[in-house]
Amino acid sequence: MTTVAPRQRRSRAAPAFVAGYVILLVAFGVVPTVYAIYFAFTDSGGAFAGLGNFADAAADFRFLPAIGHVALYLVCWLAGLVVFVVGLALLLHRLQVRGAGRTLRFLYYLPGALAGAASVMVWLFVLDPAVSPVGFLLRALGYQTFGQVIAPGNLPVLFAAIAFWTGAGGWIVVMYGALNTISPEVLEAARIDGAGAWQTARRIQIPLLRKWIVYMVILAFAGGTQLFVEPQLLSQASVGVAGRDYSPNQLSYDFAFQNDNVNTAAAISVELLVVGLVVAAVFVVRSGFFDAD
Amino acid sequence: MRTETRRAIPNPLAAVVLVAFAVFFVLPVVWLVLAATKTDDQLVRDSPLSFGSWDALRANWDALTGYQSGAILLWLRNSAVYSFVALAITLCVAVPAGYALAVTEFRGRRTLLIATLVVMLMPNATLVVPLFLEINAVHLIGSMWSVILPYAFYPFGVYLAYIYFGAALPRELLDAAKLDGCSEFAAFRHIGLPLAAPVVALVGFFSFVANWTNYFLPYVLLPSSDQVPVQVGLGTLLDNVPQFNPTAGALAVQRPEVALATLVAIVPVLLVFLFSQRFLVAGLLAGATKD
Repeated sequence: MTTVAPRQRRSRAAPAFVAGYVILLVAFGVVPTVYAIYFAFTDSGGAFAGLGNFADAAADFRFLPAIGHVALYLVCWLAGLVVFVVGLALLLHRLQVRGAGRTLRFLYYLPGALAGAASVMVWLFVLDPAVSPVGFLLRALGYQTFGQVIAPGNLPVLFAAIAFWTGAGGWIVVMYGALNTISPEVLEAARIDGAGAWQTARRIQIPLLRKWIVYMVILAFAGGTQLFVEPQLLSQASVGVAGRDYSPNQLSYDFAFQNDNVNTAAAISVELLVVGLVVAAVFVVRSGFFDAD
Repeated sequence: MRTETRRAIPNPLAAVVLVAFAVFFVLPVVWLVLAATKTDDQLVRDSPLSFGSWDALRANWDALTGYQSGAILLWLRNSAVYSFVALAITLCVAVPAGYALAVTEFRGRRTLLIATLVVMLMPNATLVVPLFLEINAVHLIGSMWSVILPYAFYPFGVYLAYIYFGAALPRELLDAAKLDGCSEFAAFRHIGLPLAAPVVALVGFFSFVANWTNYFLPYVLLPSSDQVPVQVGLGTLLDNVPQFNPTAGALAVQRPEVALATLVAIVPVLLVFLFSQRFLVAGLLAGATKD
């Protein structure tokens, strides 16, 4: 892609062009961040509290489990995402039948339209053996009731499956597009040299996909730490049996709204914010993906 | 691995894998559509992939719209208002900002660009609880602007506009305009804006989908149930399904009604998807192509 055109000399009008955006950036990006930091380091009376709120959060019996849940979920989600997205993109790319590839890409992408609460609603049904379209599968695995399916040990895999179902299609499209940028001559040369599908993928295609894979993992990781809607709706659907205070975001929410303790809520938010910020900043600076000239 | 196939012969195993995943992605959607045409009894007894009846579909629709005298329609209206108003603000703000970042030089430009990239890569759920604290402090909780304005802040849109103008705007054209005594505003109006259609469509698509599918922000910021968008409304319905919540009581909602509600909730996004596949691919790629 072409680089950004050389710019004009100092512009007088530019501040007017960016003013609206800067106001929104400050009001809904900077101020909430500063405000959360303020709350995180003060007590309910507004006095400086040092790391007291962070200690309170960490000492809460739900805190470490929530971190553990999300860690486990991230392992399942990222591993599944990388293996299946790359694998499917490679298979699609080798598919000779043109129309079929297009159709398949669209079908993979379709559940993206159900992002958010809708995907969880669908999966509540899919995971209920009484009504599920794959009830036979669930029963074959030994699950007779919805309650058995959503046993705590299964949740990381189930949340990963939901996230994969809604999110993978978009990444498959991206990877497929990236594979198309590899010149056919390179692949042809590899073929003449006797490289099979596996060798070509491992030595040529996957190395060239690497930066995309990194991009995907970074975004998926950052998004995954923010888990909220899936466990929240699941806990509603199971009357609090499964999924309650499952993720740090839910915990932060409960501190703010159930326990009326905004300071501890803010401390957890700040921790999540730091994770998101650090991941994004490192990626912007180090990846070379976004050369802010 | 040393065993190599000589040529790319169609591999039956590959075909099976591709089709299996297609089933994985599509089956739940198909089931959802069919579930809306059944009675709760049919949902449990009939084959999961059978069609119920038009009568059942109509009955489900009547029951769904009867829930709290048309709550679902109100939620849909809320979703539409929030999504479109925010989208309009996003466009008015992001297009000029992306233009200025791409073709002009000004103090703080680089900082603004980096801030945009960083915020763009942060998941939007990160700031929800802090936003609540801020909006609570200015007593805007419960106002529709408490969700519209945060939605309107859409750094990815600015980034898309920046990339687009950087690549698509012929520099000679701007220089010529300047020589002719054209002001920067006039140059933007007569040269930048007419070229902006593709990026408006792209930003519009992503912003709309993001706004429509957001759950966490309105869940936290809108306390009153007649203000919530349809995504949050789905959660309310869920609370009243006896199979999921045995204490549901008098407001009981049947499962096929929930399926229908889910379907109705996604129709706008689905339509946008069907009609803008091109944008979608282009935009997903633009999210990271700049080398």
